[in-house]
Amino acid sequence: MPGKLKAKIVAGRHLPVMDRASDLTDAFVEVKFGNTTFKTDVCPKSLNPQWNSEWFKFEVDDEDLQDEPLQITVLDHDTYSANDAIGKVYIDIDPLLCSEAASVISGWFPIYDTIHGIRGEINVLVKVELFNDLNRFRQSSCGVKFFCTTSIPRCYRAAMVHGFVEELVVNEDPEYQWIDRIRTPRASNEARQRLISLMSGELQRKIGLKVLEMGGNAVVGYLQCFDLEGESGLVVRAIGTACTLDKLSSGSAPNTNTHVHPNTAPASNACNSPSKDGKEPVFGEDLPSFSGPPTPFRALPTSSSSPPPFSPSKPCSRQSSSSDTDLSLTPKTEEPLPVRCRPGIFLCPSSPTLSTDTLSLPGSGSVGCGHGSAPRATTPPPHSSVRSDSALLRKSVSFTEDLLLAASGMGSGGSAGKEAGPLKTLLRQQTQTALEQREFPFFTLTSFPPGFLVHVGGVVSARSVKLLDRIHNPDEPETRDAWWEEIRQEIKSHAKALGCHAVVGYSESTSICEEVCILSASGTAAILNPRYMREGCLDIGSTDHRFEEPSPPSCGFCHIPYDELNMPFPAQLTYCYHCRRQKVPDVLFTTIDMPPEAAVTGKGCLIQARLCRLKKKAQGEVNATAISNLLPFMEYELHTQLMNKLKLRSMNALFGLHIQISVGENMLLGLASATGVYLTALPAPGGIQIAGKTPGDLSNEHHILTIQKRINDTITKNKELYQINPPELTEEVVGSPIPEPRQRSRLFRSHSESSDELSELDLSHGKKDAFVLEIDDTDAVEDIHSLLTDAPPPTGFYSCNTEIMPGIYNWTTGVQMFTSVRVFRLSNANLTNQGLNKIFTDLCENLLKSFYFKLRSMIPCCLCHLNFTVAVPEEELIQVAVTAVAMTFDKDQTQEKPADKPVTKGCSETEEQLQFPLELCADSSSITTQTSSKISGVPESTNVSPRVSSLERSSPLPEGRSRSLRSNRSFGGSSVPVVKMTPLSFLPGTRIIKYLGIINMFFIRETTSLREEGGVSGFLHSFIAEVFAMVRAHVAALGGNAVVSYSMKECVLMENPNKNQAQCLINVSGDAVICVIETDQESMPSTINVVQTCSSGADGAT
Amino acid sequence: MAVELDVFVGNTTIMDEEVYQLWLDGYTVNDAVKVRMEGGVLEEFEASADVLLSDTMDQYRTFQMCERLLHSPAKLANQLLFQIPPHRQAILIERYYAFDDAFVREVLGKKLSKGTKKDLDDISAKTSVTLKSCRRQFDNFKRVFKVVEELKGPLVENIRQHFLLSDKLARDYAAIVFFANNRFETGKRKLQYLTFQDFAFCAGQLINSWTIGAVDNMVEDMDVDLDKEFLQELKELKILITDKDLLDQHKSLVCTALRGKTKAFNEMEARANFKAFAFETFIEPCRSDRWTASDMRLYLTHYTNSAHILDTFKHQVVWDRYMGVIKSCIFKMYHD
Repeated sequence: MPGKLKAKIVAGRHLPVMDRASDLTDAFVEVKFGNTTFKTDVCPKSLNPQWNSEWFKFEVDDEDLQDEPLQITVLDHDTYSANDAIGKVYIDIDPLLCSEAASVISGWFPIYDTIHGIRGEINVLVKVELFNDLNRFRQSSCGVKFFCTTSIPRCYRAAMVHGFVEELVVNEDPEYQWIDRIRTPRASNEARQRLISLMSGELQRKIGLKVLEMGGNAVVGYLQCFDLEGESGLVVRAIGTACTLDKLSSGSAPNTNTHVHPNTAPASNACNSPSKDGKEPVFGEDLPSFSGPPTPFRALPTSSSSPPPFSPSKPCSRQSSSSDTDLSLTPKTEEPLPVRCRPGIFLCPSSPTLSTDTLSLPGSGSVGCGHGSAPRATTPPPHSSVRSDSALLRKSVSFTEDLLLAASGMGSGGSAGKEAGPLKTLLRQQTQTALEQREFPFFTLTSFPPGFLVHVGGVVSARSVKLLDRIHNPDEPETRDAWWEEIRQEIKSHAKALGCHAVVGYSESTSICEEVCILSASGTAAILNPRYMREGCLDIGSTDHRFEEPSPPSCGFCHIPYDELNMPFPAQLTYCYHCRRQKVPDVLFTTIDMPPEAAVTGKGCLIQARLCRLKKKAQGEVNATAISNLLPFMEYELHTQLMNKLKLRSMNALFGLHIQISVGENMLLGLASATGVYLTALPAPGGIQIAGKTPGDLSNEHHILTIQKRINDTITKNKELYQINPPELTEEVVGSPIPEPRQRSRLFRSHSESSDELSELDLSHGKKDAFVLEIDDTDAVEDIHSLLTDAPPPTGFYSCNTEIMPGIYNWTTGVQMFTSVRVFRLSNANLTNQGLNKIFTDLCENLLKSFYFKLRSMIPCCLCHLNFTVAVPEEELIQVAVTAVAMTFDKDQTQEKPADKPVTKGCSETEEQLQFPLELCADSSSITTQTSSKISGVPESTNVSPRVSSLERSSPLPEGRSRSLRSNRSFGGSSVPVVKMTPLSFLPGTRIIKYLGIINMFFIRETTSLREEGGVSGFLHSFIAEVFAMVRAHVAALGGNAVVSYSMKECVLMENPNKNQAQCLINVSGDAVICVIETDQESMPSTINVVQTCSSGADGAT
Repeated sequence: MAVELDVFVGNTTIMDEEVYQLWLDGYTVNDAVKVRMEGGVLEEFEASADVLLSDTMDQYRTFQMCERLLHSPAKLANQLLFQIPPHRQAILIERYYAFDDAFVREVLGKKLSKGTKKDLDDISAKTSVTLKSCRRQFDNFKRVFKVVEELKGPLVENIRQHFLLSDKLARDYAAIVFFANNRFETGKRKLQYLTFQDFAFCAGQLINSWTIGAVDNMVEDMDVDLDKEFLQELKELKILITDKDLLDQHKSLVCTALRGKTKAFNEMEARANFKAFAFETFIEPCRSDRWTASDMRLYLTHYTNSAHILDTFKHQVVWDRYMGVIKSCIFKMYHD
């Protein structure tokens, strides 16, 4: 009996008129949690009822607290007929379960109806009293914090990064149950909303359990997705990075030295490796009862395939059997998989290298475990011992190098080179062992504490086409688990091939059309600093300098992680243009944000590659085969486009690369977005050279010349636009070209510290090596034209899809988050790939143009985190949804990079306790009582929420709350607190002082009067506005004033204009926070010392 | 090939004031796009017509969704659907309730009924205000009328509080309500030269001095209905006219005071004997006789003061209440 949930219904306002006769409403409220329901009195004849109910108390298991939402239904009382529902509010009480998050939920919530939208508001108060749970066999994971943010949250310090956690639950989709035929759309929608809410709660709880097992206390970079598979079910899956986070406070900041340094305790490394026995140290500190004999805990099967029985309240949910620690996949592999085809793709720097699996149909291939499909490779490389299922792919567009097979070296990171002292080598080996013990050394983070990321290899991705109607047992998660397992294995092996032991910036996605499903995963292969995997590392500043080499140079991450003698793909290596000691590739592609210490020349820009491919309509396996055959070509072309566009902008690196391939009935859409920059450490890109196929043809020659001229002009113009003026290097020390890369790559890795020998073979720096585009047919001409049609953003605008724009450092406080959706109807079926491409490209370009126009009042400004999602909702429709934020900056100082910049992000905390208002009310006392039950490591003095008076425009929680309680009808003035939203992990000019919990909401809206609501546009417009409103209301009720890391994960629109109907599903998530305006005085004292200690490495960059 | 759906939603609702005005003025989306193109937004900001169309559609949709809230502006401040900064809310409301002088001049004093609403297309044609805008303005009048009709307390203040309008606009609405309630005819040909502002001023004067609210501020309709007692008392002022002695006395006093001060003395003398001031019987002839404004001022001042000198004239208070308003109204209305 570990928890008591209390809810109080205060009042309503702006209710709709439910009784036409009186133009009034007799409203009452039902409050439901689990199977218990309470009712308020009827408040007769009022559109602004005051219920002021008693406290409704629910005594529940904390497991239920995590899974179930509090459901509030507002109804209109009717004496003679059934009561009419006005609408509902679902409140996720998870934030109340964590002592460090919110302590009370109180505020106005929009009353939402899936048919009518928002219908008035209701004021609700919710509290939770949690009792200590000392039960080791518990199924709940209260207290584990979740963050959508893909970096270490601003007011925390990562004591340890444990690694990858994932979970997946399946259920029957209520929309496809037989009962749906007889129930109303409203009932069906509500069943769906409730189910998904339950499933997300369950998923989060289970992930939390895994985190506790690993010894962590938080999940960072939590990414939850829905797969609406249709008949075969509804899947909710999530991935994240388990961490042990310490809250930064004036008390805990200086104690960094007390942690055991990795070097002094190498032995702890082994036992702290993830998920084996890493739980004791963290638990033991705070809860003595936990430190007893660990056996009973261990006895709990780490593979959750035989979970203890669930509480009866949710018999329908089934549990995934794939836990991170569970290596025995026998139940999965025994299932006959209908279609296994796993085209795996490397996106490596320099030139694209593709490897693809063949589609092995059931029976034909050895459908045993995940690795044995028949190679389709045209020229199987001699050394294909690592991955026999790789294939070589050629295409007529030629690069300076031939395409080569990727999977070669096992690279244990031997390229450490000069800077590697014996100590470092030792450390690296330790990391590797630590990482290799993990099943999946994946990290969903995209930006890292300084020093975490050592080297970056390149992008790794894998895709796989599956048939949903072949799932043997669709109600169980095993099959899907096996699918993902397969893909992750592939990613892991790709990373290994790149000489990397970890994958960062990792994400997974699906695209479903009818019964075909494409599973995709991608990330960036990287080598990480071992300290962060171990206990008590990640100390900002001080400890960095005592042991290791002086904190890694700003160019460190660019240095190749693989062995240059045995490169996994052909690349032109040069000595780093920054430190001149290490090798760097000529081009670097990554899925992460640019490390803050990286030195860039000029500014970056959004680079998109867009592609449409028609395919024949087909069913089942034929369809799956067709798709999987198309996939590698699409990846290849997207990659080529990206490369061309990058060169055209005279840039040499891509960050935040995200490739989405979406499947429709008769076409595939591919959209790759990334932010291009010129990394100072990398060589200058060569130009693009056009070559004709048929020399001698005069007109053709002329044509080529004009194109060449246009390209050169564009490059010059872009250089100017993005202010790319790399310092001309006076003398090129490094010079001799590497021998034929093809041969090189076939050498087995020799464990040589090659770069020590200065006279060693070296790569031509490739500066003048132009990239050759061959024009051999009209297609190529079109391609080049489309290359040139990308309009640069208008003056005063920049755009990127990373958190912030490389090259802009002085953000001001103007922030405008927006979501935009466009659906384009293709007129006729006689479209060519070319025509489609053009349409798709125009669609994306026009969207960008629209944004620039709409946001013109914010100039100078930058569109950050532009996140495009494409879909093919119907046969002739293309849907593009974009969420981004426009942020203003100060134009005058764009060139300077303030020294304190990387620091303000992380760790300014001392002054928080300066201002404690006197009214530390009941709320805060309840927090302090809760602290006793929390399970994190470091004792903290700052659990009482610190308040700073300068909250921007909106009031901090206590004020806002009391106001909303007392004067419900305050007219005039702004009684609605302002809530800012941003897809970034921070708000410029402010400091996050508290994370209040994760926001994860799912809404369905349906209409049967589409025309009356202004058509699809009107319908969706109001729905999106409503979703924003509900997110803001929840955040405000938690006491927050902003949502960071906001994203719209899903926007599924179905319409039937003939029937005047439409339905839309939206899933959004983010982190609710309290942030305060950062004033100079505030940030000064805490940051100065850190600037001195930890950013010295970064200074070298500027 | 067509864009089937196109929406843009900002966390802070984006509203372009120019587009808002076009929407209020009743332009269709296409017309609005044309106007904007002519306005030069495109050159100013390298955008295409498509972009402009998409933007205009978005904004129009937003305004349509907001319109419901604008009908009871207090809701705008505590609704949750749109996040609009307070100063923007104020602009939205103020603009929404703003009206065209040409339009209001047509409707002023008419009953705000369905019948009048049917005639809006005529008014629209006459004033070249779009029908849509006419309807909005008319509905605004009606809405304000209905709300304040049943409220106690001062009219202007009620309007200001309920509709969150500026003082100026609230006063204008008070005038409209006052005229609509009392059905003062303003449409007569001879009154055509008067602007709405003239009438609004007069209404203000009347509200301040002649309504029940001027004496008692806790009655319903206090500022809308004229004080009946006062109207009764006014009758007693007729003594100035009916009583031959008083009339002559008054007349001579006025004439003495005015003698030599103005060229137009002769006419004034002629006019000194009138009943109650009514527009047609006073201003109009004066206008035709080309009195200057200062002549008028002079005359009225003396006319008022002289009455005080009359020993037998017992109704000094009522006289002041009467003449105070009349004087200022006439000053206001007396122009070209």
